[in-house]
Amino acid sequence: MSWEKIEIRTLKDVPKEEYYVAGHRTCQGCGPALACKFIAKAAGPRAICITATGCMYVANCSYNTTPWAIPWMHAQLGGIGSAVAGAAAAYKAMMRKGKIKKEEIHVIGLAGDGGAADIGLSAISGALLSGGDHLIITYDNESYANTGIQASSLTPWGAWTTFTPPGKMLRLGNVRVKKDLPKMIAAGHPNVRYVATASISFPFDLMTKIRKGLAVKGPAFIQIHTPCPKGWKFPPELTVRIGRLAVETGMWTLYEIEDGQFRLTFKPPKRKPVAEYIKLQGRFAHLREPDIRYIQEQVDAACKQLGID
Amino acid sequence: MVRVITTGTTAIATAVKHADVDVISAYPIRPYTGVMNELARMIADGELDAEYIVADSEHTQFEIAKHAAACGARVFTGSAGIGWAFAHEAIVVTPTDRVPVVAMVGNRALDDPGNFGVEHTDVLITRDLGWMMCWPENPQEAYDLTLMGYKIAENPKVLLPYVVCCDGNFITHVRFPVDLPDEELAREFLPPTPPPRSNVLHPDRPLSIAPHVDYYWGAEIRKQMDQAMKNAIEVTRKVHEEFNKIFGRGGPPFIEEINTKDADVAMIGVGGMAMPARAAVRELRQKGINIGYVKLRRFRPFATEEIREALRKFKVVAVLDNDFSFGSAHCGGIIFQEIRSALYDLSEKPIIVNYLIGLGGREITIDAMKSIGKEIYEISKTKEVKQLVKWVGIRE
Repeated sequence: MSWEKIEIRTLKDVPKEEYYVAGHRTCQGCGPALACKFIAKAAGPRAICITATGCMYVANCSYNTTPWAIPWMHAQLGGIGSAVAGAAAAYKAMMRKGKIKKEEIHVIGLAGDGGAADIGLSAISGALLSGGDHLIITYDNESYANTGIQASSLTPWGAWTTFTPPGKMLRLGNVRVKKDLPKMIAAGHPNVRYVATASISFPFDLMTKIRKGLAVKGPAFIQIHTPCPKGWKFPPELTVRIGRLAVETGMWTLYEIEDGQFRLTFKPPKRKPVAEYIKLQGRFAHLREPDIRYIQEQVDAACKQLGID
Repeated sequence: MVRVITTGTTAIATAVKHADVDVISAYPIRPYTGVMNELARMIADGELDAEYIVADSEHTQFEIAKHAAACGARVFTGSAGIGWAFAHEAIVVTPTDRVPVVAMVGNRALDDPGNFGVEHTDVLITRDLGWMMCWPENPQEAYDLTLMGYKIAENPKVLLPYVVCCDGNFITHVRFPVDLPDEELAREFLPPTPPPRSNVLHPDRPLSIAPHVDYYWGAEIRKQMDQAMKNAIEVTRKVHEEFNKIFGRGGPPFIEEINTKDADVAMIGVGGMAMPARAAVRELRQKGINIGYVKLRRFRPFATEEIREALRKFKVVAVLDNDFSFGSAHCGGIIFQEIRSALYDLSEKPIIVNYLIGLGGREITIDAMKSIGKEIYEISKTKEVKQLVKWVGIRE
């Protein structure tokens, strides 16, 4: 194993070394950039990271100024599943045939919500089914933020995006219900031994999950909730607070499904009203009280089902 | 060495085995699928040790191949017709990432209407993007050109992908005698591990591949690819020399001239149409028509010098295109455009006419070839071109 232990419980367990460093040009308060930092920290130096087109490509890696201190490569927007499947197969075959040294190389694929849940869904499904030893991570900032905030299938109900603008006729903005990607992955791919959700506002939980996903033999999948100041319209200093509020209100839940066993990894002691999360974000500014009540009802039902309440 | 009677797809599968390929990505589409069936069988029977990934689409196939190659593995993939088109986003970024992927296309008419027949337009939509392209005339050449492909693509001066384009059905499915060398001899020519290169993804040497770029460097990166493709011409010549030396066959690198000695006129084309062309040329010569055939073995890189040298001696050249380019100059075929352009600034050059033939998979007959031969012989006498671009055998 690449690390002394998997579990990260306190600051002392967090490695000092950074493998995602200066050199990117993401927005102030970027949630996905924080995710990259934690992913690289948890994975360590014997990893490679492939990133699909999206913010974490375009804003992250500009020619001659990469922030990645581990090997990194671009994959096409819909190609993250294929990319990690190819990389993992390459190492496996070359090690088995004695063409390169036998060792543990962690293969990580990173895609945004659009890259994972929309255009890349089929390739991710194929990669998970093929059973290569790789970890696919979705940084979920709930929109195509890189192209200027367009709705993806992970955009929540009621959110403004440039493809779902609230107007005189269509008052609500996005009326599609956020796709439940991790559950879909878990239900559809019984061979996948580790599926989890995480948040940049819960870094110990996040880093532990990264290591669990990498340690498990075969494919794993993690979806990380990554608030986006620009896309969600909130001041950049609130990123971590909004990420935390998402979990505290039940708008986002932290769990893992290990060998088919579902387990909440964080249970808010007393859930806060969703309004506390929603009212900090300009993308929900057009919603009225009954709309927020509707969201509250949906979240209450989901939390009950998950055993949070 | 053994002589077997086999198809183009099986011949290519054998070359892939002899190349000791590490990763294969498969997705079915006629008429190329046979190569993947054969490779799957080889792995199942323990004849080949490789990771075989059943992909969920052609796009996935080519992304897998690209990234596996980026990690240093030797890879093989392929497709046909509309499948090649579906994969095209991944196909575009394979040369730009400078990874030596080797693929096969079973040339097939693009949809709609659905059609299993051979047309070359599928792979020719890629002609400008940095893939090396060759057309074998028969399964023997399919084996040879595939094995050579790895050697050319992996040369550090090249590092571009390479596709072996096989006429669907006529080469993919038809059995021919093929001389297959012993695996040891094949590996003397092509060692199982590619030569070292700098752009390999491995934790021992962290580097970022294909970061986002702007106007400040974008043009230079394109220019490097231009240079790589230019380098490929010399590398291809050398690889052919080496292949010929080891195996005692392999032919010339770019063009093969068939019966062109003292010929007044010639036809030029790619792939399996050389077979009826050989017969047509022989029969026409018996009737006193001095005609030859020039077989264009490789279309990318386009060996401008060799092609000019080969064609300048004729009075008339007929370019045979089993492809189309709607609305192009003179509404001619793709290979026609390229050959006319290559010869444009010669002070003395042949009249160049174009025949679109075999479209939709229609058989290219010896009689059709003979008619073309007679027509261009007539043009050589009258110097009069009645129709610059002609669709052969089209019902009005």
